[in-house]
Amino acid sequence: MGGLDLSFFSYEIISKFVLKGLYFSIALTIGSTIGGVILGTVLALMRLSGRRSLSSIAVVYVNGMRSIPLVMVILWFFLLMPTIIGHSIGAETSAFITFIAFEAAFFSEIMRAGIQSISKGQVMAAQALGMSYAQQMKLVVLPQAFRNMLPVLLTQTIVLFQDTSLVYAIGAYDLLKGFVTAGKIYGRPEEAYLLATVVYFVICFSLSSWVKRIQAKISIIR
Amino acid sequence: MSWEWQVFLNDDGSGRTYLEWIIQAWGWTLSVAACAWVLSVSFGVVIGTLRTVTKYPWVVLAGNIWVEVFRNIPILVQVFLWYFVLPRIFPSMQHWSGFVLVVLALGFFTSSRIAEQVKAGINALPRGQGMAALAMGLTPLQSYRYVILPMALRVILPPLTSESMNLLKNSSVAFAVSIPELTMFAMQAQEETSRGIEIYLAVTLLYAVSAFAVNRLMAALERHLQIPGAGSASGSDKAAVPSISGGH
Repeated sequence: MGGLDLSFFSYEIISKFVLKGLYFSIALTIGSTIGGVILGTVLALMRLSGRRSLSSIAVVYVNGMRSIPLVMVILWFFLLMPTIIGHSIGAETSAFITFIAFEAAFFSEIMRAGIQSISKGQVMAAQALGMSYAQQMKLVVLPQAFRNMLPVLLTQTIVLFQDTSLVYAIGAYDLLKGFVTAGKIYGRPEEAYLLATVVYFVICFSLSSWVKRIQAKISIIR
Repeated sequence: MSWEWQVFLNDDGSGRTYLEWIIQAWGWTLSVAACAWVLSVSFGVVIGTLRTVTKYPWVVLAGNIWVEVFRNIPILVQVFLWYFVLPRIFPSMQHWSGFVLVVLALGFFTSSRIAEQVKAGINALPRGQGMAALAMGLTPLQSYRYVILPMALRVILPPLTSESMNLLKNSSVAFAVSIPELTMFAMQAQEETSRGIEIYLAVTLLYAVSAFAVNRLMAALERHLQIPGAGSASGSDKAAVPSISGGH
């Protein structure tokens, strides 16, 4: 195939260069999904709070994040973080903070749709039982909203996993960087890109097939 | 900290100011996005339509494979694939410019998402529409051309709008293969001038303005195409199409 030789990618090379990147990409995906969902839920609650000041902060934040490319957000945080904190932080830490802040905007829109999908009667019933606002949200609304939105949240997590490759812009060591580094050192960049493509495809395709099965299961329960 | 906006009037070392450079970069961003948009909409509509032709399972399968392949590989990796790997496998591609390769990468990546929307839009139509068309003696091709697609494409305009804005933002990955677009400008000019905040603010503003312009253009298109009495595309039909398709 055009003189491409994938055979040099031994187990040793993979475990030396690629696994470290894979662990980082997975950690970044899981960490920013959890952080993003928490911050996103807060933003969604702010937006739906009915208080002008709170909801306009959330609207500006969410729309602002959604109107600029992720690469620019990554660059922004990498540039500004040292001035805000006072000392330089690594590309990896910067990536974590960026992804939580960025994905929160997307998760907040999902959670908002989820909260709005809960019928008003549920909230009224919770109020009639004498629950406080925090209790209504924690015990009645959010668990159901979360369950209704689970397939969409998981789909967004797959998108997030794909997005983690963009930390290339600040040189963080992720899965893609692992392949690129190995390709450079052994003088086989094309083979490295090709193998990266296959690995990303296998991971994302299996995850999205799994999400489809979950979706089918959930739609039967309801 | 003080602003130093006059940095844009400085010479970048090649006889042009940073202001001229950023405007050229903006032009690159818009050209990449516009060309990729045409490609992605053309392929997206054709492939999305083919995926609904259940009479030929292999056509549906081919369409599904297209969508799964281009949707499940990160866009940055696809850009590298087009730029580095494919020219190695097919030597005739070595003469293609980086611009063309990036447009192909972005266009095909986005086409998979548009195909998904087109399929959902067609399936959201009442089945009677297509049957009525066939009953009136239209061939299957005519029923798609004159009945199904005109309706379905109007239905998908709202999700197509957000996908078009995604495409514009995704064009930023072109920096990775040295297309001199806005993100590339941001990285280089930040390094050269060390006035990162002013540079990034200007670039961010241009992205936001462009995304907003895309949004308004698509809204105008939607108004222009609206059929009086047929129900607005952003009305009740919208619920039938998954509007949260992810993206960035």
